[in-house]
Amino acid sequence: MIKFSEQKLKEIEQIISHYPEGKQKSALLPVLHIAQQEFGGWLSVETMDYVATVLNLLPIEVYEVATFYSMYNLKPVGRYIFEVCQTGPCITKGSDNIIKYIEEKLGIKPGETTADGLFTLKTVECLGACGYAPMMQLGKSYREHLTKEKVNAIIEECRMNAEKNN
Amino acid sequence: MARKLLLDKIGIEGIRYYDVYRKNGGYASVEKVLKTMSPDDVTKEVKKSGLRGRGGAGFPTGLKWSFLAKPAGVPRYLVCNADESEPGTFKDRFLMEFIPHLLIEGLIVSSYATGSNRTYIYIRGEFGWIVEILEQAIAEANNNGWLGKNILGSGFDCEIFVHPGAGAYICGEETALLESLEGKRGNPRIKPPFPAVKGLYGCPTVVNNVETLATVVPIISMGGDEYAKIGIGKSAGTKLISACGNINKPGVYEIEMNISVEEFLYSDEYCGGIANGKRLKACVPGGSSVPILPANLLLKTAKGETRMMTYESLSDGGFQTGSMLGSGGFIVYDEDQCIVRNTYSFARFYRHESCGQCSPCREGTLWLTKILYDIEYGKGKMKDIDLLWHVQGNIEGNTICPLGDAAAWPVAAAIRHFRDEFEWHITNPEEAQRRNYGLAHYADTLQAEV
Ligand SMILES: Cc1cc2nc3c(=O)[nH]c(=O)nc-3n(C[C@H](O)[C@H](O)[C@H](O)COP(=O)(O)O)c2cc1C
Ligand code: SF4
Ligand code: FES
Repeated sequence: MIKFSEQKLKEIEQIISHYPEGKQKSALLPVLHIAQQEFGGWLSVETMDYVATVLNLLPIEVYEVATFYSMYNLKPVGRYIFEVCQTGPCITKGSDNIIKYIEEKLGIKPGETTADGLFTLKTVECLGACGYAPMMQLGKSYREHLTKEKVNAIIEECRMNAEKNN
Repeated sequence: MARKLLLDKIGIEGIRYYDVYRKNGGYASVEKVLKTMSPDDVTKEVKKSGLRGRGGAGFPTGLKWSFLAKPAGVPRYLVCNADESEPGTFKDRFLMEFIPHLLIEGLIVSSYATGSNRTYIYIRGEFGWIVEILEQAIAEANNNGWLGKNILGSGFDCEIFVHPGAGAYICGEETALLESLEGKRGNPRIKPPFPAVKGLYGCPTVVNNVETLATVVPIISMGGDEYAKIGIGKSAGTKLISACGNINKPGVYEIEMNISVEEFLYSDEYCGGIANGKRLKACVPGGSSVPILPANLLLKTAKGETRMMTYESLSDGGFQTGSMLGSGGFIVYDEDQCIVRNTYSFARFYRHESCGQCSPCREGTLWLTKILYDIEYGKGKMKDIDLLWHVQGNIEGNTICPLGDAAAWPVAAAIRHFRDEFEWHITNPEEAQRRNYGLAHYADTLQAEV
């Protein structure tokens, strides 16, 4: 059985208070973000059902939403997700080559996760960073003006962080 | 140097933080409206300014506010649209990241004008770090008495909350945004009723773009009449343009809407010209949804007039030979860029972002993507070009929200202006995998003359 920590439950209370009385459904998107972060980086049926009880919603209300938005992962993912933008403006600055390079470096295709469970590669659509292309999202941060050297450094950085936190 | 009203203080060290922002005149507009103006006075001032929505559609902001229904005992809401997901557009992000208090200040003034006691900023979920910046700015404004109950003793209460989305371009469409804010899928609503009558939780609601709401601050401080003098005609004031693609200086620029496209593209104050000594091939001047223009129609209109960075001039010639200012996402393509690939990538984008409610959009974007994929990857047939034309024509105007049109227009414009490049791809499938078509007759007239 999964459960939010006391601290997270307080945070969720706080979020619910942002909306008028009886409109706690509005808290669903932010709470799903927290759930994904807390319970392994993706939303299992168990997690979604739990969120439904926390917000007093029907499970279907949660499934509907979780399947609509691209930031929710419905399958297990690696510890670090490289979400590389592949839209027009990024193409003008060589995103095709960056994606190819990451594929080679990690030995995976978009949508796949490395065997050690560390990295997932995803191609995504415009992230609002077109002037700083090519770019990718990594967790809460954007990595911009990507080059092969920068990609190498980011991979190293993730590996080191993973070791430190093990 | 051109006059700046939004980014004038951007160079000041620490302007992101309350103390510095306040020391440099921040929150004066809140004092002014709460102490000396009625909510209707504020709306009148915004009307006078000629401000048009900066989210893409360019609808007059003061007019929108005046449509807001005001039934007694029903709350009204102001919602700030910070979903910023249109390819080529990254201006709101810049403003929120580097001068967040300008948006908070604009939100307080606009909340007062519209009578919103609970105001939401709906921000795209990927901008996680900006959520934190905004929340900090809101906390600072709270602690200093600019938010909360009875602000400055005026009797006006206001709270602002940041609401993150979760990855969906369609949630930038205002009714989809409201659905999403209510914790649902981002399916656009059928209009009418319009949000001004039935919006968030069924209550009267105004949705405005980040830049629009920030611009209310200089309008209040200088007065609507003064603001209206900047720019040309109905393109009043300054506009943030996010410039990207093959230029020397990609970035976010504030322009007065009275400069030419040529100045914006080539002067060192802005884009600084095409990068790497290449020549200009094409430009999408207002975000991925607006028609692409070949170089020969970008700097001059079909009538031979200088094209200006205004709503009217960029759309001069209609869709035959013009485009739109849109969201201000200015994407520049040099001679090495492939129009087929770009068009395919945009089609794929809209396919991915279609909410799926209307079949012309859901099926049409799928077909556009499939056909363009075939052409791009060497499997296209000559009749595919007419098929594309037919499919895009069947989407346009037949859908609940404008995303369908936004998916159709870029395809139509690419075929209209670059048909020969599509044909070349189809007749030379192998060569097209190895090299790009180049410029053909779309040479950059400006550079060619040098
Ligand atoms: C598919 C679609 C996406 C949109 N995305 C945005 C967006 O990201 N940001 C925005 O401000 N407006 C966006 N709009 C326009 C909004 O629907 C709305 O017109 C705008 O927020 C109104 O604010 P304004 O009058 O201040 O421009 C979008 C519209 C459509 C149809
Ligand atoms: S036009 Fe497309 S995005 Fe808009 S409501 Fe219809 S299916 Fe959804
Ligand atoms: S196209 Fe890649 S961030 Fe916009």
